[in-house]
Amino acid sequence: MTYALFLGCKIPYYLAHYGTSTRAILKALDVDCVDIEFNCCGYPTRMLDADAYLFSAARNFALAEARGLDILTPCKCCFGSLQHARHWSQEQPDLKARINRLLAEEGLHWTGTANVRHLLSVLIHDVGPDAIAAKVRRPYKGLKIAPHYGCHALRPSKVTRFDDPLAPSIFEKLIDLTGAQSVQWNKRLECCGNPLWEKNSSLSVALMNQKLADAKLSGANYLCVACTYCQIQFDAVQHLQAAQNGNGLKLASILYPQLLGMSLGCDAATLGLDQNKLDIGGIENFLDQSKSLADDGPALTRTL
Amino acid sequence: MMIMTQLFYLSLTIFLVGLFLRIYRWFKLDIGPSDTHVPAGRRAKSVLCGLLKTVFGISAVKALIVFIADAVLQLRVIKQDFVRWLMHGLMFFGFIGLTLMHALDGQITEPLFSGYISTVNPFYFLRNLMGMMVLVGVALAVYRRVKINRLRMTTNHVDIIAIVILFVIIASGFALEGAQIISEPIFDDMAADYMGTDDPEEVAPLKAYWAANFGVMVDALEMDVDEQVLEEGLSLHEESCMQCHDRPQSAFVSYGLSRLFAPMASFFNDVRMDVMLWYLHFIACFAGLAYLPFSRLFHMIVSPLSLIVSAVSNPKETREQDTPAKATQRAMALDACTHCGACSTHCSVGPVFQLMGNEAILPSEKLLLTFSMAGNNQLKDQELSRLSDGSFICTDCYRCTSICPSGINLQDIWFAARRQLEKNGHPAPYLRLRRQNGHVIHAQSDEISAAIARTDADEMPWMAATAFATCFECQTCTNVCPVVACHPNPGEALKLLPHQIMHAVGLGLMDLAMGATMIWDCTTCYKCQEQCPQGVQVTEVLNTLKNLAWRKDAQSRSTSPEKATA
Repeated sequence: MTYALFLGCKIPYYLAHYGTSTRAILKALDVDCVDIEFNCCGYPTRMLDADAYLFSAARNFALAEARGLDILTPCKCCFGSLQHARHWSQEQPDLKARINRLLAEEGLHWTGTANVRHLLSVLIHDVGPDAIAAKVRRPYKGLKIAPHYGCHALRPSKVTRFDDPLAPSIFEKLIDLTGAQSVQWNKRLECCGNPLWEKNSSLSVALMNQKLADAKLSGANYLCVACTYCQIQFDAVQHLQAAQNGNGLKLASILYPQLLGMSLGCDAATLGLDQNKLDIGGIENFLDQSKSLADDGPALTRTL
Repeated sequence: MMIMTQLFYLSLTIFLVGLFLRIYRWFKLDIGPSDTHVPAGRRAKSVLCGLLKTVFGISAVKALIVFIADAVLQLRVIKQDFVRWLMHGLMFFGFIGLTLMHALDGQITEPLFSGYISTVNPFYFLRNLMGMMVLVGVALAVYRRVKINRLRMTTNHVDIIAIVILFVIIASGFALEGAQIISEPIFDDMAADYMGTDDPEEVAPLKAYWAANFGVMVDALEMDVDEQVLEEGLSLHEESCMQCHDRPQSAFVSYGLSRLFAPMASFFNDVRMDVMLWYLHFIACFAGLAYLPFSRLFHMIVSPLSLIVSAVSNPKETREQDTPAKATQRAMALDACTHCGACSTHCSVGPVFQLMGNEAILPSEKLLLTFSMAGNNQLKDQELSRLSDGSFICTDCYRCTSICPSGINLQDIWFAARRQLEKNGHPAPYLRLRRQNGHVIHAQSDEISAAIARTDADEMPWMAATAFATCFECQTCTNVCPVVACHPNPGEALKLLPHQIMHAVGLGLMDLAMGATMIWDCTTCYKCQEQCPQGVQVTEVLNTLKNLAWRKDAQSRSTSPEKATA
């Protein structure tokens, strides 16, 4: 299994540990990643100039096609943005022809053969629950996790084809594989609020706070996300809010590769547990101490 | 020659004044809003402290490593782009080599090598090799600027001048040497100096030998040239010339040129072309020296400095803290920039430029505009809003900063520039549009919007008429909207609710729909679209309305530039 890893614009600098943790779990699960210098997925320009957005998205597909690879992204906004581009290109052949004329200036071409996959889809469908379960060395015990789905992968389902839009389940399954217990909560499918950050920040924070309060009610120890922007919102923005307004921290968010990575026995520093703005170090207390990593299989480096 | 000495000192004076002006600007110029101005004194103090810490601290080692690895050997470029590395290496080592070995031979080469004579190898050969390196580098530079799309579009007169200066200096040097090789008058002078005679008959065999073997173009030799004469010439050559003059063929480029000049030799010798070329070469060098602080070549001095400064300062403290050192660092950036275009060719949102055509999207151009804005605000309102559009389309991926061969913290400059643009009434385009449109306009305003409403269904696929024609006003979209749910009185806060916007669009009332705060406060969570029982692409309609507002704004700005930013 080999994919072109699409990290998007924010991961390399702002959320480097999402990149390193994603690579770590993919490596542990024998999924190979190829690095291509992609450009922006186009999402930020989509609100202003849809043509420019489509061209940006298409150029990424053309780059992946040139290498004969599908794209794998850990970001749900990048995923949605790229999926939309594929969708419209299929609906509008003229549009695709116009974009291909521009791509030809760089010697690129977009036929539409490359797919885009979100990290969670690859894990559940391509790697498979059994293969993951077989590699979990140190399952969690008594850890309650509230999965936050993220809008741009889930909806519009006709375009994204990620999971059942009204009753999705793949994230819960993936969380449960680590030994943690996924909890149900009312607002699990709602928006994190990040798309409005710095556009209408008070509204952005209001949306986030509603979610946090609801997640807290579910009794979860942590939120879990698999999206760059959701994590920025629940980690950096929540942290900033707490620092500015003195609000007590409500609920820290862990990235799914961090959660899975710890149970797979990946190195905590590679997973960047100390890189989150809100402390998630407590997650290590939930690891089943009775299972030692040295007991089975080749030793994976890990410091507890 | 007196005049040339005076010219040299004049160029040196201009160079020094220019140097001072450039460095003075580092302590004066504000990149960022004026209220965060850091006075020159505080900047100078921070720079001095940093300098002392670097020179006498552990960072001195780091600075040295960076200087050698990144400034001299350009190791960070070699992996990025081998051709660019080769191009720079050829020009850099060729030019620096010539400057040290040839231009400053009296000051450097002679003291170092006791046997230094400019016409003896390896110096004779090396001069040509280095000159050739520069020329090949120049040719590669031109080729890249023509061949690579984004480089061609961003090449400006400053880049061209830098390339032309280099070319003229080197090419005039080669031409000068070529003209000297064929020159009979120079031969006569040298024979007089080194053979100790100017008697034509005594010199004749030597001249014949040089004409036959070394390309001197002799007008008329008053003797028959045979084996014996040439042998005599050879022994004279061995006696008087050979110790201080290698075969001119060693200067392989100049010698090749001299063969080209050979048919015009008598003309060259009559007008003393060698003397004219000597003046050209020297004046070109002096002009290059005088112009250096004002040209792109100034990066020779500032780029290494910038690389060292960014290596010894902490890159992670970018956005929040604004220190005096950073104000200085920002002001240095334009002088350190070589306009190599690496930032623009690797820019994450670079492809957007191909469609929007706003050069302010590309980092290398945005930097120039940002400095124009900071300088003395020469930018017109229209240019400022283009700069704002370009600046806010940036996704802060830091790729430009991590890739810059001159170590410029570009991202920090973008943050500062955006703060300045916001302060000066040029906020992010999304916010500008939100403010301009976030109130209900009940009348169909002007022709532009009508035209847009007519044409867009064709151009934007998700805006096809059928997209909203099936709406039967069940209000599901409004009922599931998390933004609507956030407001105690959503109708007032958002002006129009999602189902009302769908209805307005269905009636063709684009201005009415665009005026709703709702479209600017949409989170694009797609709940409305997902749950619409009639398959109306509600979110896409809202997205399209934002696109229409952007397009309308762009059109009105291009038709009436003054009104645009009011």
